[in-house]
Amino acid sequence: MDRVPILQIGDVLLVSIQVDLQDQSVLNLQEDLAERISATGASGVVIDISAVEIVDSFIGRMFATIASLSQLFDADTVVVGMRPAVAITLVELGLTLGNVRTALDLDRGIKILRVLHERRRGLPGTGHAASTLGLR
Amino acid sequence: MNHAVRETQQMDIRIDSDVVRVRQVVRECAQRVKLSLVDQTKLVTAASELARNTLLHGGGGHATIELVHDGRRSGVKATFRDEGPGIPDIALALVDGWTSGSGLGLGLSGSRRLVDEFDLASQPGKGTNVTVVKWAR
Repeated sequence: MDRVPILQIGDVLLVSIQVDLQDQSVLNLQEDLAERISATGASGVVIDISAVEIVDSFIGRMFATIASLSQLFDADTVVVGMRPAVAITLVELGLTLGNVRTALDLDRGIKILRVLHERRRGLPGTGHAASTLGLR
Repeated sequence: MNHAVRETQQMDIRIDSDVVRVRQVVRECAQRVKLSLVDQTKLVTAASELARNTLLHGGGGHATIELVHDGRRSGVKATFRDEGPGIPDIALALVDGWTSGSGLGLGLSGSRRLVDEFDLASQPGKGTNVTVVKWAR
């Protein structure tokens, strides 16, 4: 069965989904991520879905689960790179990703994580960066 | 839903990886009848939801994927059959958010919105048959 690799860049964990995931692989990824966030103390998780051709309700729920999980470890999650056809389909399917943060690409995703992290630590001087990214 | 069938593929849905295989076959068919990328994505997503239902709620079953033609346009028809417990209240099962288990309750209602034709037949104790069609525009 496919196991999705989890890469670490600084204090961010990066998951890039490159294969058509079966449901058990999705569950494994959730567990692996929880382990890795807890072990590394990462402050953020980026899930890159630019290679993902469909997001159905099971995979959509994974994003929400990972976002909730990461919060329990004081980390934020951003889903990046959603294809336009996937976005249109998700809306029609009726799946709202709830409080899952999304960004256009990896670069913006990492910027968002940085701002969220600094803000959470209550560091000064993050107001400008936050407004540039449209974060409230 | 009587359409001329040009080609048929039968598949078992017994394990997790069969759902992935259904997605792949449906996508190949969708590309062959030249569905747009958005329509391919919608059909494959609907097929994924329905194949998972067959596996989880029906206890496994079969999928039939067909290339169809109605005289004017080509399309893909996908049928999912199981001999599971069936759906006692079909109207209720098609309501957004209603779920019999731990899911989100979007499988049936959501996939209906993603296709052009949707037919659901179920008999409690006998099983469920869902047929969907997506036409190339």
